Amino acid sequence: MDYAIQQVLNALSFGAEYALLALGLAIVFSIMGLVNFAHGEIIAAGGYSMFAITSLLTGNPFVVIVGALLVAVLASVLLERVAFRPVRYADASTGLLTAFGVSMILQNLFLLLVSPRPIAITNLYFLNWPIEVAGVQISTLQVFETVTTAIAICLLVVFLKKSSFGIAMRAASLDFEMVRLMGIRANRVVAVAFAVSGLLAGLACIFIMARRGSVDPTFGFNPVLKAFVACVLGGFGSLPGAVLGGFLLGAIEVGMLVLLPQSYGGMKEAFVFGIVALILVWRPDGILSPAVEKGDKL
Amino acid sequence: MLELHNVRVYHGPIEAVHGLSVSVSEGQCVVLLGPNGAGKTSTLSAIAGVASSRGQITFNGHDLEGLSIEERQRLGIALAPEGRRIFSNLSVRENLLIGAATRTDRPGVASDIDYWFSTFPVLHERSDQAAGTLSGGEQQMLTIARALMSKPRILLLDEPSLGLAPLICKQIFALIDSLKAQGMTILLVEQNVRDALQLADYGYMLNSGNLMSEGDRETLSRQGASMSTLTGINHT
Repeated sequence: MDYAIQQVLNALSFGAEYALLALGLAIVFSIMGLVNFAHGEIIAAGGYSMFAITSLLTGNPFVVIVGALLVAVLASVLLERVAFRPVRYADASTGLLTAFGVSMILQNLFLLLVSPRPIAITNLYFLNWPIEVAGVQISTLQVFETVTTAIAICLLVVFLKKSSFGIAMRAASLDFEMVRLMGIRANRVVAVAFAVSGLLAGLACIFIMARRGSVDPTFGFNPVLKAFVACVLGGFGSLPGAVLGGFLLGAIEVGMLVLLPQSYGGMKEAFVFGIVALILVWRPDGILSPAVEKGDKL
Repeated sequence: MLELHNVRVYHGPIEAVHGLSVSVSEGQCVVLLGPNGAGKTSTLSAIAGVASSRGQITFNGHDLEGLSIEERQRLGIALAPEGRRIFSNLSVRENLLIGAATRTDRPGVASDIDYWFSTFPVLHERSDQAAGTLSGGEQQMLTIARALMSKPRILLLDEPSLGLAPLICKQIFALIDSLKAQGMTILLVEQNVRDALQLADYGYMLNSGNLMSEGDRETLSRQGASMSTLTGINHT
């Protein structure tokens, strides 16, 4: 029983991390049609900012957390302004290549300006300590991660449903030009989308850091790869799909860890991607892919 | 109010309109007529800033050159586009709200939404449903209402009757007529020559991106025979 509860929490916390990142990718994609592969470098920027704040200002973990969130948001908005805005109306593949380029440039900047080696950041370990609830050993980090993600998703839903910016963003995911014809400034909608995406990346960064305790130039690569898979699984461009895909991927990963015999442990990823592939055979556009406009009723 | 002088409209490398001059004064309903491919929609797109153009377009003394889509809308140009392009994933109410995105007077917006709900009770009944579930005619009403929510100074209406049943067309034209009576300036694109001419103060007849003729209602009606050959619409 203990074991089952622990594994469910494991799945939830992995899933929460993937869901946060997948949401960040999906929000930008739904509006701009851009797969932002530089999302991982935004996470890394958050990680390096923790190092900078700790060594230059203070080790106070709350300052470090808020600082990292701010840096992630700013980095995301800045990338849009500098790199993606000039190619906004270009071909979709131009945007994709731009994202790859930005990602490589940033990784190399981290490499050159900071260090190719992992840098330890230990002041978030306090988030991660074992507690016993009703006789079951669990980690607080997993609880924090799941709860924070749930709150973030709820706030995002309220934002998208109730605020005028949120309504504009949902409309823009369908017909951006028509949103501009309503007098809504394209630059603002896009900037807000990147800001939200950056904030979600910042949240994920905090939890990844609390678990790993160090940052290196490719810090964001693996998480974003998983988030990308989660987006594909849930249906690219669909926000509920990104959340579902994230949690489903987390569940599949933990399920494989539990079910595979020890000797097959190294093949975990292969089994995970195999299952993802099977799901995509069943739903080629992802589970909750947005309905394709089948032309207008004229 | 709206002046087009020798305007050429481009879709990529293709020139769709070859130097058109159009004038709309305040409170007028002006109609652009012509068959498919005549350049009517292209002309509206150029005014709204959606299509690139050369030549001069001025609106209330502002030269529109270099202004973005959103800046033009903020000057008071509202487009109810061809194919309606409602936000099918938003509710009916949200579609109206987003139409008023540039307004800051919340009570005014709320009372305008109430006004449209009382004008079109069916929109009220479905206010919280996804707008994509509306019928074609209802979507057209929503499109016009959404465009008017911003309190524009001119309404660009692109083929509002396209694909609608005759009875619904009648309703749409009655709506345009009442807008006109309220003093709204309208630039209307239509293929439905007879109904459009009944509303229009002035009209332009286009074909293949060129101006064929222009004139007031009587002049254009007299040329009706040639028009029906062009448009393929028999208006007896």
